[in-house]
Amino acid sequence: MHKIKPPWETKRKLIVKAEEETDPHFGHRPEERPIREHIKFGIINLDKPSGPSSHEVTAWVKRIMKIEKAGHGGTLEAQ
Amino acid sequence: MTGVLPIALAEATKIVQAILLSGKEYVCVMRLHAEMPEDRVRSVLNEFCGTIYQRPPVRASVKRRLRTRNIYYNTFLEINGRNVLFKVGCEAGTYIRKLCYDIGEALSCSAHMQELRRTRAGPFTENTNSITLHELSYLYSQWQETNDETIPKKFIQPMEKTLENLPKIYIRDSAVDAICHGANLAAPGVLSVETDIKPNQMTAVFTQKTEAVALAKSLASTEEILDMDHGLVAKTERVLMHRGVYPKMWRGGL
Repeated sequence: MHKIKPPWETKRKLIVKAEEETDPHFGHRPEERPIREHIKFGIINLDKPSGPSSHEVTAWVKRIMKIEKAGHGGTLEAQ
Repeated sequence: MTGVLPIALAEATKIVQAILLSGKEYVCVMRLHAEMPEDRVRSVLNEFCGTIYQRPPVRASVKRRLRTRNIYYNTFLEINGRNVLFKVGCEAGTYIRKLCYDIGEALSCSAHMQELRRTRAGPFTENTNSITLHELSYLYSQWQETNDETIPKKFIQPMEKTLENLPKIYIRDSAVDAICHGANLAAPGVLSVETDIKPNQMTAVFTQKTEAVALAKSLASTEEILDMDHGLVAKTERVLMHRGVYPKMWRGGL
């Protein structure tokens, strides 16, 4: 059987086409975002418990975090 | 079913699409309907590696037509009576319940999925900053009480983490705001490109500060992008950054 490499094992190299400085006045490095923005553009790696549906778990996260919008990446069946 | 369920907050929900399309890993208990020798189970698990055909199950959210999925690995872990523990790395949209059923048919004893735990969704694994609902609720109240901003920085990760496995294109500050307004990426805006990009592939457009600007479909290969001095290199599919974060440096056409 032909083996296919998982995408998370792919190693890529960066090739520079042109050089230019970035202006520190605009934007932030992701790890240096002000806390409000850090949350707004944030993602939680949740360990889903057995029982509730992915949708319910997402609703709980919204309630705990007191935020209006959240979405999960890929339904895990309830059970 | 338990395990890795990345949850995107507020503006980061735009990125969910990238997680849905990324590969997954599961640890699964498959229950055989008759006892089978271990070597037979091992060899059938191996047969279900590579490209397999799969018809989505009755209760599925997609059309039930035969489709192909890539299985990166099916690793046998343990057999105990009729229970088989194995680890599967697979493409997005692979139904593990169906995989177990089909493995059971191939073993001619039939089988079903007994238990499932997702151990990876794209770059998110159960070992990298994964938290339970209890921990989340505890840490959130800790943060509210102490106002210690290092707490949320620990359990919330920047959305850029999601794009770790996508090929990236880094662009000039002057090209950022045009992309945020939905423009496609043109060659002069490109500063650096990752290797192995082929045309029509999902890529992530980044600033030099490594902020995600957009998800974009490549229109050329890495080599071609490096050679191009004009023309479009990627078609913007999903804008992730707000307008106005970087200055507007493009001329408004009519």
